[in-house]
Amino acid sequence: MQGAQASEPRLVLTSDASASPAAIPASAPLAIRGLTVSYGERPAVFSVDATFPEEAMTAIIGPNGAGKSTLLKAALGVIPRLSGDIRVFGDPVDLARDRIAYVPQRASVDWDFPTTVMDVVLMGLYRRVGLLGRMTGAHRAKAQDCLDRVGMAEFADRQIGQLSGGQQQRVFLARALAQDAELYLLDEPFAGVDAATERAIIDVLKALKAQRKAVIAVHHDLATVRAYFDHVFLINVRSIAEGPVETAFTAETLHATYGGKLAATHLDQLSLTGV
Amino acid sequence: MGAEFVQFSLTPILIGVLASIACALPGNFLVLRRQALIGDAISHVVLPGIVVAFLLTASVAALPMLIGAAGAAIVAVILIEAIKRLGRIEPGAAMGVTFTTLFAGGVLLLEQTDTSSVHIDVEHALMGNLETLIWFRADGWGSLLDPVALASLPPELPRMAVTAAILTVLTLVFWRWLKISTFDEGFARTLGLPVGAIGLGLVIAAAVAAVAAFDAVGSIIVIAMFICPPAAARLMTNRLEHQVLWSVGFATLSAVLGYVLAGYGPLWLGGSNAVSAAGMIAAVSGLILGLACLFAPHRARVGVGREDAG
Repeated sequence: MQGAQASEPRLVLTSDASASPAAIPASAPLAIRGLTVSYGERPAVFSVDATFPEEAMTAIIGPNGAGKSTLLKAALGVIPRLSGDIRVFGDPVDLARDRIAYVPQRASVDWDFPTTVMDVVLMGLYRRVGLLGRMTGAHRAKAQDCLDRVGMAEFADRQIGQLSGGQQQRVFLARALAQDAELYLLDEPFAGVDAATERAIIDVLKALKAQRKAVIAVHHDLATVRAYFDHVFLINVRSIAEGPVETAFTAETLHATYGGKLAATHLDQLSLTGV
Repeated sequence: MGAEFVQFSLTPILIGVLASIACALPGNFLVLRRQALIGDAISHVVLPGIVVAFLLTASVAALPMLIGAAGAAIVAVILIEAIKRLGRIEPGAAMGVTFTTLFAGGVLLLEQTDTSSVHIDVEHALMGNLETLIWFRADGWGSLLDPVALASLPPELPRMAVTAAILTVLTLVFWRWLKISTFDEGFARTLGLPVGAIGLGLVIAAAVAAVAAFDAVGSIIVIAMFICPPAAARLMTNRLEHQVLWSVGFATLSAVLGYVLAGYGPLWLGGSNAVSAAGMIAAVSGLILGLACLFAPHRARVGVGREDAG
């Protein structure tokens, strides 16, 4: 059990407040230093440091209410943070927005909104086209291509409320693809989707990784971590551990993250190393 | 429809149409953002603003009235935000408390002061004075080309025309920002858009429309037009672009039909007196919404009040 901790220097099981934070490598797609976010009086994320690796797929893992989504949203400026320095490829977030694509939680928007699938994907081009720039045929062709990549090509003219949950999630992913980013941040992309959609999404994400993009996803299904991701970041308000799946996704780190909430039988099914 | 129509009905109808459109445009986004009550709040708080402006300047000239109303609208928006944040009260309740309190304050101020010499009273605040906005100098359609006659147009007409034009231009220019920040606020923030400023700008634009329309048509029309045409339009289509066009159509229809029904309806029914045009216009917009609820093509949508199909 202790073997993993000793052999992996990036594992931060014990956080030492007096230690100065590690320098931020300019190549890191996303680096977080001293991030604290609070709803009311209780901090949701407390003094978190994280350095996410390039050309990798990272899962942000932790129990409900551990601050996984909060971490992502605060890093992107979707919600305000009390403190913390966020760098995207070495730059402040506001200077790197063209390099970021974001897939919010599906439940965070009103799917009854009067708009079509094509319109939603075109929103991924708003930053490039600007407030008054013309949407050209080339833009539409690009959006159509992104829909094709998630297997939603024939739904372009549908109203978004007429889609299933999995189809809605794929439309959100297509919008992120249209952003043509280098860092893809996804908030629970597999929550409440059907098996076919899960397959389609993971195929797209692996294709992104093959194109040397960085993918970071808030993830809740421990059973698929090993198959889908190569890095993990474990959080429970404070950061618990980060590193490659082989060394950081262990019974020890999971116990430190979930405490007693994780049944021993569940742990057995994860084929963890170091048990 | 000749000289008499141009003199007595053309300008009130035009003013009613322009006021309705100016309110319906921002109303589309307010309704989609579940902020429709903001329009209600603004149109109520205009009253104390106008009374205070009258007390300070002792005149009912347009400019001090508009400044007073705009000031009150800003105070109300700040109060609503303050109550929401300090009192941790849900937005609807914060708005309700703010606008009823300010409106009541306006009524009290009005009763305590001598405003009998001028045309400013609660009824005016609610109903406006649409029927009195006639074009004295007009003697037929030819007056539209007569500079002398045009100079005597009621000042509410150009004011409302400019307001409606401003709201139209703002809606077109900021279309993408309004659309995306209304649909997906979080995503809009990651694009670096000023989401807070967009929301505040929308409320301010609605306040401008409400204040400009208030003097001519009263708060009843303002409240109705923020909500009824956009809500009915939403039931006609599943595209925002089409919804806004439908809402403009419904607003126009309400104003024209409402004015005509108020002026001639009682006569057709054997009565002798016309009824309030403002009240009838608002009632027609409500009727259109009711019909849309019953017969519009997109009234049954996924997850919205649809009975279980199984």
